[in-house]
Amino acid sequence: MILGEEDYITEEGEFVVNMGPQHPSTHGVLRLKVWLDGETIKKVEPHLGYIHRSIEKMSESLSYRQYGYLTSRMDYLSAHINNLACALVVEKALQVEVPARAQAIRIIIGELTRIGSHLLWFASAGLDLGGVTPFFYAFREREAINSIMDENCGARLTQNFMVPGGIVYDVRPDFQSRVKEVLKQFKDNFHEYNEILTGNVIFQNRLKDVGILTKEDAIAFGCTGPTARASGLSCDIRKMYPYDGYEKLQFDEVISTGCDSWARYEVRMAEMLQSVRIIEQLIDNIPEGDIVAKTKNVIKLPKGEFYQRVETARGELGVYIVSDGGASPYRCKYRSPNFANLSAIPHIARGYKIGDLIAIMATIDLIIPDIDR
Amino acid sequence: MNILLSYSFSSLAAYFHNWLQSIIGNGILLTITELVIVGVVLLVFLILLAFFLGYMERKVAAFMEIRLGPNRVGPKGTLQIVADTVKLLFKEGFTPDAADKFLFNLAPGIIITTALLAVAPIAFARGFQIWDINIGVLYISSISSMAVIGILMAGWSSSNKYSLIGAMRCGAQIVSYELSIGLSLVSIVVLTGSLSLNDIVESQANGWWIFKGHIPVMIAFVVFVIASTAEINRAPFDLVEADQELTGGFNTEYAGMKFAMFLMAEYINLFVVSAVAATIFLGGWMPFHIGGLTGFNHVMDYIPSSVWFFGKTLFIIFIIMQFRWTFPRLRIDQLLNLEWKYLLPISMVNVLLVTLMAIMGWHL
Repeated sequence: MILGEEDYITEEGEFVVNMGPQHPSTHGVLRLKVWLDGETIKKVEPHLGYIHRSIEKMSESLSYRQYGYLTSRMDYLSAHINNLACALVVEKALQVEVPARAQAIRIIIGELTRIGSHLLWFASAGLDLGGVTPFFYAFREREAINSIMDENCGARLTQNFMVPGGIVYDVRPDFQSRVKEVLKQFKDNFHEYNEILTGNVIFQNRLKDVGILTKEDAIAFGCTGPTARASGLSCDIRKMYPYDGYEKLQFDEVISTGCDSWARYEVRMAEMLQSVRIIEQLIDNIPEGDIVAKTKNVIKLPKGEFYQRVETARGELGVYIVSDGGASPYRCKYRSPNFANLSAIPHIARGYKIGDLIAIMATIDLIIPDIDR
Repeated sequence: MNILLSYSFSSLAAYFHNWLQSIIGNGILLTITELVIVGVVLLVFLILLAFFLGYMERKVAAFMEIRLGPNRVGPKGTLQIVADTVKLLFKEGFTPDAADKFLFNLAPGIIITTALLAVAPIAFARGFQIWDINIGVLYISSISSMAVIGILMAGWSSSNKYSLIGAMRCGAQIVSYELSIGLSLVSIVVLTGSLSLNDIVESQANGWWIFKGHIPVMIAFVVFVIASTAEINRAPFDLVEADQELTGGFNTEYAGMKFAMFLMAEYINLFVVSAVAATIFLGGWMPFHIGGLTGFNHVMDYIPSSVWFFGKTLFIIFIIMQFRWTFPRLRIDQLLNLEWKYLLPISMVNVLLVTLMAIMGWHL
């Protein structure tokens, strides 16, 4: 962090504070340059690039079987869903029919990922606003979900399970009973989350009417996911452009018109229950059969451009592949949800207090490696 | 038996005084010796107390958070805090280059001194009081408000923007909440007619104020607990530190023993406000009596007065600790709104009610 004297206090007497790259509430190496007038925020400027790993460029030298694995390092809380996007774009290009069993397991794993991700968001949102206890409540359930991931795909973080054509291994025999166990634990404990945070007056006052993101702004900034849905924008890719069998399932797109941080909180809380609903529809009806469709050993995509979008826990992830007919992408571009969501922060944080900036960041739910890639 | 029941530590103190007098003789030397002995004993006691409260906080936190808490160092993890202290002792007492070195190093001293001074007039047991000052309530409230100087000093001299914001918040916060604390203390002073903590305890021999003071005193008690939580900068009012916003606020730049002094001051302050609340509202070392039940009252009398005092104090500490592990933090404007729009008007009306009650004699 290089600070010139001119950055210290501006001509108008504003106080410049660098929040980050090492700061407890930026959840990673995001640096927010904040112009303060006392406690009030005049301007926020995000500075990126601290953990840029050039994942997109690296993908150009990897095969279509390999390049998806890097995406687990982008939005590490939606690792499975990122992998799914990479698998889907290859399947789309090759026009491969994915076996029904693989589809069902993919959705279950994907929705478990979404619950786990939202649980971590709940934990860190509570922590950011000064309550330590919700963190442990949410981690109790998240650990159980992580154990399922551990048992089935061998990792608790940076999980890789989805491959072009299906899934990499079959699930363990006790998969169904374990998932049911975890869902039961989740539903039994869900009321505790409401008791410790949702119903808390201090917590509600911290979030209500803070960080107003109007529907027009949400569209203008390209916000997606729960952040945009809390502004009344219907943008669930699972509903709008169903992929991988989501069209057969019954679930509601959670939309709130509150536009504030509290609406974003409520949307995420309700989305967890919708994910539970999706898993419950599938968990007893996993079809038998193959887990992966037959593809050639060396996958070569036909010449052209391919795009696939999925709904991760934070919004719309788009994978754009340009193929020159070779065994690796000619150009690979990810449209990551967090980058677009971050761009809204300077706009919506203006005029609020320092504590509100933390609340806004907590409810927008940024994952920094996804922004920098 | 009656001697045991009404045992007063003042006789023990008198015995020591006479014994020292026979060795040293009268004069300035005797006074200095006694002051040193009291000071050392008090310091050791308070350090041990801070250790205990540190351990208690971890265990309470663990209990609230479905964890085990410290359980490795020593039996049931009791020596964990000793290990932490040893670690802090060996850490470098780092002073940033750009800091105002004199003020930076002075600040922890001021904070710990104010914390220690406030212990003086508290009655730990029957006749066990370091300084029976006749303006005890005024003394405590004025000493504890001096802590703001230390925090402002620490925040300003650190040459860190987060520290500075924390210090500014501290100024606004402590100065505001002083008022509510003062007014809730005044309500009891009005009822007792004395500022001496000893007199206040004696006045509760036939019932604690929280019981015989009816609803106004209960309101004063609640206001006192809330405002004193804010006064000692504990969550949900820990805006001065606010780890998630200000990365530690005024003590961001402190490490090693200087940081440990802030931590110790926090626990001593916690003890002081709880002890004051216990003394003023819950009868201090007075046992719990129910009018008419002679047998029950007699059994209660057998429990030593120090046990009553520490039991009540720890109960209030336990409540304040639960605040910390339950509530999220307030925002600065909400914090000031709470004081100026709710607590202060409530306390002002409450003082009027208490005064009316005292004039009409309804509390007797």
